[in-house]
Amino acid sequence: MADTVVFWIAAPISVASAIAVVLARRAVHAALFLIANLFTLAVLFLVLGSEFLFVVQIIVYAGAIMVLFLFVIMLLGVDQEVSLREQLQGQRLVAALLGLGLLAEVVVAVRLGVGLQRTPLPDFAAVNKGGNVQALAHVLFNQYFLPFEVTSVLLIVAAIGAMLHGRRRMDEEETIDREQAVL
Amino acid sequence: MRLTFLIPFLPLAGAAFLLLAGRRLRGSAAGWLAASLVGLGFVVSLVILGRLLGQPANHRLYVAHLFDWVQVGSFRVGVDLRDDPLAIVMALTVTGVGALIHVYAIAYMRDDPRFSRFFAYMNLFVFFMLMLVLANNFLLLYLGWEGVGLCSYLLIGFWFDRPAAANAAKKAFITTRIGDSAFLIGIVFIWLRVGSLDFGRVFGAAHGLPNGTATVIALLLFAGAIGKSAQIPLHVWLPDAMEGPTPVSALIHAATMVTAGVYLVVRAHPIFEASSSALTVVAVVGIVTAIYAGLSAIGQDDIKRMLAYSTMSQLGFMFFGAGMRAYGAAIFLLVTHAFFKACLFLGAGSVMHGLPDDETDLMKMGGLARPMPVTALTWAVSAAAMAGIPPLSGFFSKDQVISSASLAGRPGFWVAALAGAFLTAVYMGRGTFLAFFGRPRYDGHPHDPPAPMRIVLLALGALAVIGGILGLSASNGLLVRFLRRVIGAVGERVAGPSEAVLTLISVVVALLGVGLAAFVYVSGRFDWQALRARFARARQTLSHGFYVNDVYGGAIVAPAKAGSAFLAYVVDDRLIDGSVNGIGGAFRQLARAGRLAQSGLVRRYALAFAAGAVGILIFVAVRS
Amino acid sequence: MRTPISFFLLLSGMLFTVGTVGVLIRKNALIIFMSIELQLNAVNLALVTFSRQNGNLTGQVLTFFSMVVAAAEVVVGLAIIVSLYRKRRSIDVDDARMLRW
Repeated sequence: MADTVVFWIAAPISVASAIAVVLARRAVHAALFLIANLFTLAVLFLVLGSEFLFVVQIIVYAGAIMVLFLFVIMLLGVDQEVSLREQLQGQRLVAALLGLGLLAEVVVAVRLGVGLQRTPLPDFAAVNKGGNVQALAHVLFNQYFLPFEVTSVLLIVAAIGAMLHGRRRMDEEETIDREQAVL
Repeated sequence: MRLTFLIPFLPLAGAAFLLLAGRRLRGSAAGWLAASLVGLGFVVSLVILGRLLGQPANHRLYVAHLFDWVQVGSFRVGVDLRDDPLAIVMALTVTGVGALIHVYAIAYMRDDPRFSRFFAYMNLFVFFMLMLVLANNFLLLYLGWEGVGLCSYLLIGFWFDRPAAANAAKKAFITTRIGDSAFLIGIVFIWLRVGSLDFGRVFGAAHGLPNGTATVIALLLFAGAIGKSAQIPLHVWLPDAMEGPTPVSALIHAATMVTAGVYLVVRAHPIFEASSSALTVVAVVGIVTAIYAGLSAIGQDDIKRMLAYSTMSQLGFMFFGAGMRAYGAAIFLLVTHAFFKACLFLGAGSVMHGLPDDETDLMKMGGLARPMPVTALTWAVSAAAMAGIPPLSGFFSKDQVISSASLAGRPGFWVAALAGAFLTAVYMGRGTFLAFFGRPRYDGHPHDPPAPMRIVLLALGALAVIGGILGLSASNGLLVRFLRRVIGAVGERVAGPSEAVLTLISVVVALLGVGLAAFVYVSGRFDWQALRARFARARQTLSHGFYVNDVYGGAIVAPAKAGSAFLAYVVDDRLIDGSVNGIGGAFRQLARAGRLAQSGLVRRYALAFAAGAVGILIFVAVRS
Repeated sequence: MRTPISFFLLLSGMLFTVGTVGVLIRKNALIIFMSIELQLNAVNLALVTFSRQNGNLTGQVLTFFSMVVAAAEVVVGLAIIVSLYRKRRSIDVDDARMLRW
């Protein structure tokens, strides 16, 4: 019962915030809406029986990634209003059509797969025996140890790459005006 | 007999050497090398002649197998050279006269920048001609046949920067090609019918061939002879071939290559005799050509073209003789004709050499006997021999050919032959008198040619005089007896007047002809220039060979050219090139349209992704 | 647990669709990036749902890894965007059309 209520509060908020992200005029607003969306998702993770991911989502995604986003937004000073006028012909129409098509397909897929009727979620307590973190660690460090290590290497590489990419060059490279950038 | 291979291969070696290294030779070394190699060939031929004569008459045949040439299944042909009387007579003529002409050419072509190339081609020609006459099978003969055609093309067009020469070479090659194709078909038929191309086997089986087959094969072989020997209707190339250097005209278009057709008919006479009508066709073509060419020669003002038509006419006589089954007489005429015709051509060369600009127009000569005595003497002797004045060689040979018709009981042919002989005498007399006698009409200071050329002229002139020794008697002459095993016995007199009477009539006819020419051109009692002007139209017709060439040009060449132009410019340029280029153009258009997809805009690409993904999902959904 | 599974999955689908449309419609590079994050999160939701449905933790593990990779990707992507901005003073993706024909 409780989960239904939580679901029906979280779900609309997430959809609304997602739409707001896409339609926002200012980048900062979009970032904030995205944070809201991530929070709702974290709640849904909790509902689905994954406490660990609930926390990780907030700390990593909303806490680290989105903050990074905001840093960059501030750094680039692109706080001004971005014009929402579409210059490419037909882009919006086709995008809308594709979106609808995608949605329809998801509906069809769910219908074919799980069925749209009201089958409740199975019980998850036995899986989370000993707590979700422990159970997760159990699986992670036994079966998925190699991917774990590889992912850590990935993180290091990404960090180094970003550092190299973002550093200031010795000689000041010339910046090109917006007008000239449009080739 | 093992030396036989030297006869053709010495000149071949000379040709190869001169083609590769000829430019490094200085002075006239190339010419002397070439001439000596041909001369050596003559010596070897003499040796083999001696050996043949040392054998009894029915043992005078030796086949030298050099190597296997073609071995495809049951089709086997070897490079086999045949030593028999007929082959040796031809080889001696080719190498003997050829060597003399080579020596003449050393002086004649002295200033030509491509001196050694010329002699390379000449040697190559001699090689092919010798292969032709020494071959023991039809395929090897055909090799020589084609080879001499090639060398004729190369030598006629030797001065290829002159369009007239280049065109004449092309014309010669293409016209003879027509005959050659028929010849090849004939060879194929021989193979099909007899199963072998060896002379021994083929001629042994010839009498067993059915009439129709023999006729077809014989006529196909004769078609080749018509082309090569410039008989009607494939004669149009020979007058134009005079564009080549004069030694070439002497060697190829008088003494040797054009006689290959006569050789072929005589060699293959068993096939011709197995057919009831082939020999008649040969005789008719021969005599018609002889008369046609004789008439045309009367109207020629160019001295070399006159000699060309004369050659055509004499070849007609040779075929006529063969058609009357007088093979020995035909070969005898071939040999003597080589002597005096070569001498006449080389004499014409001397005249051209002595006058400014290589003048060949008879109207611009006259009275040359005084400044050019040697030339005039040798010319006159050879001309008289050609006309058939006794006791020169031509008298014996031509008389025997003409008489053979009557002896064979065909008076109509005999009369026609007499008419031809009369014409011969007339045009030869005309040429001689216009060039060497009468009042001078020339420019410049003519003189006799340098020593080498004079010596050759004298040698050939002497041969023209004494050559009659070879055939003092029609049935028992040296040559005829030597050839008897190969060509069969001379037929006995069937009907009509006796030999003596026939001979007398021939002589009278010849003298009448010469006399008429003398009266018109030299006696001073006749205004031949006025006659010339009055009958200008007729003379033009004769001069243009009754316009046969122009008829061919209009009926055959012009449509062919139009067809080619159509194929080249419409089919090739527009259709084929158009469609290929069109395909290219279509692709270019396609690409031009296709590249519009490369907008460079990331969002467009993202749209494409999304569309693709949605499409795949639809596909998967529909399938399951 | 009485909320049907299909609802979660449909929610995931909707979020994914919104993200896709966002990528296609917006010109601002940062917002496009954020839409991509939306897509990733939608997938994470689906994964966790499947984990619940199948009764094992594989889905959650995958989600974990997905988050890690997303973090790395964001780092590098933002570095690129900063670099691009320094070069061209603009983060409008339509201005980067050097690969045009």
